[in-house]
Amino acid sequence: MSDPVLRLENIVKTFPGVRALDGVSFSVMPGEVHALMGENGAGKSTLMKVLGGIHQPDSGHIYMGNHKAVMAGPLEAKAKGIVFIHQELSLAEELSVAENIYLGELPRKSFGRVDWPRLAANANAILKKLNVGFDAKARVGDLSIANQQMVEIARALTVDAKAVIFDEPTASLTDAEKVVLFDVIADLQREGVGIIYISHRMEEIFKITDRITVLRDGQYQGTVETANTNEEAVTQMMIGRKLDLSRNAAHHELGDVALEVRGLSCGKLFHDVSFEVRRGEVLGFYGLVGAGRTEIAETLFGLRDPSAGQILLDGREVRITSPVEAINMGISLVPEDRKGQGLVLGMNCRDNMTLPQVDDLKAGPFVAEGAEIAIFDQYRDRLDIRTPGWRQQVGNLSGGNQQKIVIGKWLSMHPNVLIVDEPTRGIDVGSKSEIHKLLRELAAQGYAVIVISSEMPEVLHVSDRIAAMYSGRIMRSFTAEEVTEDSLIQAISGLGGEQVA
Amino acid sequence: MPETSQHAQNPREGMMATLSKEQIGRVLAKQGILIAFAIFLVAFTIANPKFLSVDNVFSVVRSSAILGVMALGVTFVVISGNLDLSVGSMMSFSTIVVLDLHDTLGPLLAIPAMFAMTMALGALIGFLVGYLRLNSLIVTLGMLSAIHGLTLTYSGGQNMDIADKEGTWFGVFGQGSALGIPVPILIFALLAALLGLVLGKTPFGRKIYAVGGNGTAATFSGIRRARTVFSCYLISSACVATAGLMQASRSLGSQNTVGQGLELEVLAAVILGGASLMGGSGTIFKTVIGVLILGFIQNGLLLLGLQFYVQFVVTWVIIILAVWLDIAAKRGKLWSPIA
Repeated sequence: MSDPVLRLENIVKTFPGVRALDGVSFSVMPGEVHALMGENGAGKSTLMKVLGGIHQPDSGHIYMGNHKAVMAGPLEAKAKGIVFIHQELSLAEELSVAENIYLGELPRKSFGRVDWPRLAANANAILKKLNVGFDAKARVGDLSIANQQMVEIARALTVDAKAVIFDEPTASLTDAEKVVLFDVIADLQREGVGIIYISHRMEEIFKITDRITVLRDGQYQGTVETANTNEEAVTQMMIGRKLDLSRNAAHHELGDVALEVRGLSCGKLFHDVSFEVRRGEVLGFYGLVGAGRTEIAETLFGLRDPSAGQILLDGREVRITSPVEAINMGISLVPEDRKGQGLVLGMNCRDNMTLPQVDDLKAGPFVAEGAEIAIFDQYRDRLDIRTPGWRQQVGNLSGGNQQKIVIGKWLSMHPNVLIVDEPTRGIDVGSKSEIHKLLRELAAQGYAVIVISSEMPEVLHVSDRIAAMYSGRIMRSFTAEEVTEDSLIQAISGLGGEQVA
Repeated sequence: MPETSQHAQNPREGMMATLSKEQIGRVLAKQGILIAFAIFLVAFTIANPKFLSVDNVFSVVRSSAILGVMALGVTFVVISGNLDLSVGSMMSFSTIVVLDLHDTLGPLLAIPAMFAMTMALGALIGFLVGYLRLNSLIVTLGMLSAIHGLTLTYSGGQNMDIADKEGTWFGVFGQGSALGIPVPILIFALLAALLGLVLGKTPFGRKIYAVGGNGTAATFSGIRRARTVFSCYLISSACVATAGLMQASRSLGSQNTVGQGLELEVLAAVILGGASLMGGSGTIFKTVIGVLILGFIQNGLLLLGLQFYVQFVVTWVIIILAVWLDIAAKRGKLWSPIA
């Protein structure tokens, strides 16, 4: 075998109080797709920042080919052929595709004028290689997310890439777009480029990678051949124990219908949606991003005006025109965007948790801080929120603990209907299973729970019934007993299956 | 993180070194203004022993009181994530109006009438920024100019004077004293205490922090964002009206431009105190500190014999310094190539 394109040897990086990387070593061979896995906080991002020259390691070395390489800064890493395709795109939306591809290195004529014909020709040559369906003159802001990602990849190909690092590249791609991306990765492989592929999605990892390296708490857990392992084993390496993902339908008596929706529509977002949720059950909404699931939740929470249809709470028809009203009627929403919609990151844990009820927690004209702390303590214990204390700023907590704060915030309102949109997006495997367990417990305690998720294992795991959505409609409803992965995928792709109310 | 305590118990030598170095940087960035202020106080006292005398301290606080009262209100607006650049010209408006009404309606009716008119302006801004969600910089910058025009129209461009300066009790708010303390200082202190409680201890105050910290999350938590922002501008205009009353009472006559430029000084004081222009942070106590810092620095420059006009330059330098330290405190470094 030839020499590795990239080799890390015993990388150590500490931040005040935290050993973010503790002796990480692994290598990437030419033409290899090497998966890097680990829970959030395991050290993947820090490792990538070391590779990209943003952080300097405290000790340890990076080798490229046979030479020791020092990445003094992002530009130097790029010059050495290390290229990053980030999860969050870093493109100038108002500029053309070609300008974005060659940003900072536009071809010049005399007097520093941009050589536009050459720019377009160079860019189109790269785009042709990627086999994409847009032109170099297109404005980046007009492209789909998937195509924007292709622009990032095109940008990566302008340098003589030795190693390309993909960070959660499929997070916002459709299945068809993923196929295109995997083709591009295969092309890079054939050219002998080494690829580091960071993802939480097991299916992809097992589909396209050759080897898997796992980190946990900054420590190197080992590298395995993808062909010789399975999901369970990798998960165990990541969290140090087994993960339960069995089906989980209710074994208790269901209560009354807490929420019923009849023929609800909202402009083009969703149409003629009908469903009901009983106390004691979890209703899962599954579908692609943009299928209208979140918009239904936002309508129930008073953030959108329905254009038609009825909402009934405990059998009484209601009109919900603002979140304040929704909250007063006993509806709680754990929103999909934890940092943008769920939390005030600069506020402490206690204040975040009691925010929706701060008007009711009064001692005279002032906030009853004792009562607030009592509520915080109660839900910290119940949800096992790991934080040094209520004074801690929420922004400093891990994703899983942040999500628990949001869930605690809404549980403490004792809702009649709890809507949870993407309960475990972007949080680590360990916290994930805790939150799944919690959702089942809440149903057992008699809450009516709606869970919206883009992850099929999650929906299958927590739901008693599943509504499959496609393009603003509920295509089919399944009970936990009858649902199969195939029928679910068909329903959310708009294939087969007549519409069932 | 749970690992933190574990590592703190058996720290390695190398780690200790980076720890203390980074901590020093962080303290510098966070408390930089206070440290600079302390150095400044010591240096000026050495240069001029009168600087920290009781008389001088009293006179600094007294001359800062009007600016301070305005800064209290602007603190609410800034924490809610907005700006208020109209307070200077709004203060001119209040001063002119109350002086004019003093002679037509008499002082007892003039004061509530002036408060109502000033707060109507505040309500207009609050409506535009809160309910219509217009950019507060544009709205209040426009209002700065519009209110200036309103004031000039009202006064016909003339200076406003109380006819009978000897025979009115109106001067008590600016010139009087109670228990040996000048009334302006009392008003500033009482208002600071009251608004400090409102902001720091009441549900309303909590909601302001939430709206400024993350308006979307506040909405998703059932907080009426528009109403909260509206209330902040109403409070700000009430503070401006109070400041206008103090100003009118102090001089019993005024030019149309008496508050010109104060909006920047007020903003400087609020930022100096450590409120972030991004919203969501700051306290009344910190703003009072900011007001005093600004007052002492301007006074110190005068005692040094520098021209009065130098203070405009110095104020700008202080704003830049404060904003820089604010950003530096957030990223934990004085300079960084990435945000």
